[in-house]
Amino acid sequence: MMKKFNGKTLFIDRSDINTDEIIPAKYLTEIEKTALKPHLFEDLKLDGFNPEMDIKEKAVIVSRENFGCGSSREHAPWALEVNGIYVVIAQSFARIFRQNMFNGGMLAIELSCDQIDSIFDGFKNSSTQISVDIKACRIMIQSKEQTKIIEFQISEFDKALINTGGWVEYADVYY
Amino acid sequence: MGKTIAEKIFKAHLKDKPFKDVNVLNLDRVFCHEITTPMAIQDLMARGKDRVFDPDKIKAVIDHVSPAKDSKTAMQGKILREWARRHKIKDFFDIGHNGVCHALFPEKGFVRPGFVIIMGDSHTCTHGAFGAFAAGVGTTDLEVGILKGVCAFKTPQTYKIEIIGKLASGVYAKDIILKVIKEISVNGATNMVIEFMGSIVDEMSMDQRMTMSNMAVEAGATSGIILPDMTTVEYLWPFINKEYKTRKDALAAFSTFKADDDAIYAKQKTIDVTDLEPLTTFGYKPDNVKPVSRMKGTKINQVYIGSCTNGRLEDLKIAAEILDGHTISPHVRGIVSPATPKIFSQALEQGIIKIFMDSGFCVTNPTCGACLGMSNGVLADGEVAASTTNRNFIGRMGKGGMVHLMSPATAAASAIAGEISNSGLFCEQEKS
Ligand code: SF4
Repeated sequence: MMKKFNGKTLFIDRSDINTDEIIPAKYLTEIEKTALKPHLFEDLKLDGFNPEMDIKEKAVIVSRENFGCGSSREHAPWALEVNGIYVVIAQSFARIFRQNMFNGGMLAIELSCDQIDSIFDGFKNSSTQISVDIKACRIMIQSKEQTKIIEFQISEFDKALINTGGWVEYADVYY
Repeated sequence: MGKTIAEKIFKAHLKDKPFKDVNVLNLDRVFCHEITTPMAIQDLMARGKDRVFDPDKIKAVIDHVSPAKDSKTAMQGKILREWARRHKIKDFFDIGHNGVCHALFPEKGFVRPGFVIIMGDSHTCTHGAFGAFAAGVGTTDLEVGILKGVCAFKTPQTYKIEIIGKLASGVYAKDIILKVIKEISVNGATNMVIEFMGSIVDEMSMDQRMTMSNMAVEAGATSGIILPDMTTVEYLWPFINKEYKTRKDALAAFSTFKADDDAIYAKQKTIDVTDLEPLTTFGYKPDNVKPVSRMKGTKINQVYIGSCTNGRLEDLKIAAEILDGHTISPHVRGIVSPATPKIFSQALEQGIIKIFMDSGFCVTNPTCGACLGMSNGVLADGEVAASTTNRNFIGRMGKGGMVHLMSPATAAASAIAGEISNSGLFCEQEKS
């Protein structure tokens, strides 16, 4: 089943957010995805960032370059998933992290440097809502003051994975 | 247009090509161990899809931490064990019968040339030594493999690496693969399949070929394939002698996957190993490689002989040859872990285990153990290990520990010396 791709936004204003910062290696012995929930971004050191407070009720992340670099662990997208965050928008992604997102029926959207800058500049300090229209390949960014629409691109295979809810569901339907 | 081995295997297994550059392949084998599979099992259960595509094509083992060391690893074992029983997976190897996956599964005859194999383990590339396309995958891919027997791969590009020359005594497959990784770097074959070939590879035993293919991933490769020949057929013969009348017939069948003469390779390299010295790593990346002679004098706290890279009978034999009649340095903890119960019992019969024990080594049961720093020989902060394993990443064998990768011969000689040292089998004048 397709996930919902809209909600409040968490801004992570840095490049090279690695998988250890998303979920520390010591949680790899966990056997349930839900056990990862309280540990998302536990070790992320960022000015003014408080994981407990700032993750709450967020559904979308906006970040900079090379998001999800480091190890190939799928625990990173899972840690996002169990926290209800199904969309990451960034300037670029580490290859495996990006594939893992789509394999899990989640969205990793790449935008240009200028577009990312414009989102940070215009929306960072307000309670921003982002909603994604997969069919039209468009995201709508809304704050109290303004609304902005940006188009993006993903491959047909990525779209198919999203529409069915990920690689497990896709494979179970088609094979 | 000619095809590489990987392209031929892809063609023979293609189930669907839903989009450009996406190849959904039928799987011959899905291998499972207790570290990555439980998450896949739990997720399948949560989705109401607790099924397996074919219990005979799934092989499972508890190998990484065995016996379990704490409640969490005990639970990982329990989930895998109960799942294997529930789905009647008859090739499930638990304590007493278990060994390191990439040594155990070939030994049981589960690998064939031309197979497509996945496992939630990066060293799955080992099985390429038999001419199979074998790749490590993430948990979701593993999950789909278990459920549907398929996996999606990009169209493969192949890196042809030819090994030629004449090998000096005391230099082994491990030294050759370290040399390859040093030359092409840790990203040299990223997203590619390596085809190893050349006169040196042709002369190698299956144990040595597995050492080569095992470390293909350390150069970024998806798989490290070696063309099957009579050595491969001979190894597999006890398992295939009902399928084929003669060994020649078997080889003819396996040779259908041979690369065409006009196959197109993304990259090619020839490496002459005539002047190759024993090598070791010195940093936290497997391409930080130097001759052992230039690392001489590096003090070590622990020597580990084992793992899917170098825990097979030939490896133990070479190490024992060097240890015979010596005791290891009092400053060194020596640990040897035969990779499977069969290797263990053969080593016992051949007196190899006694040599290890007499020299002062601790002999453990077959398990991954110290290789991934989870049990059976974790390093303390600041300690240094000489190890026959495949990864020297920071913290790999214990937080704050340093790992030097090397051949079993070099590891044994270093255990005696208490510092990194060449074995007496390598006779060439040491270069200054
Ligand atoms: S022996 Fe080491 S590298 Fe091989 S499968 Fe086990 S943990 Fe992985």
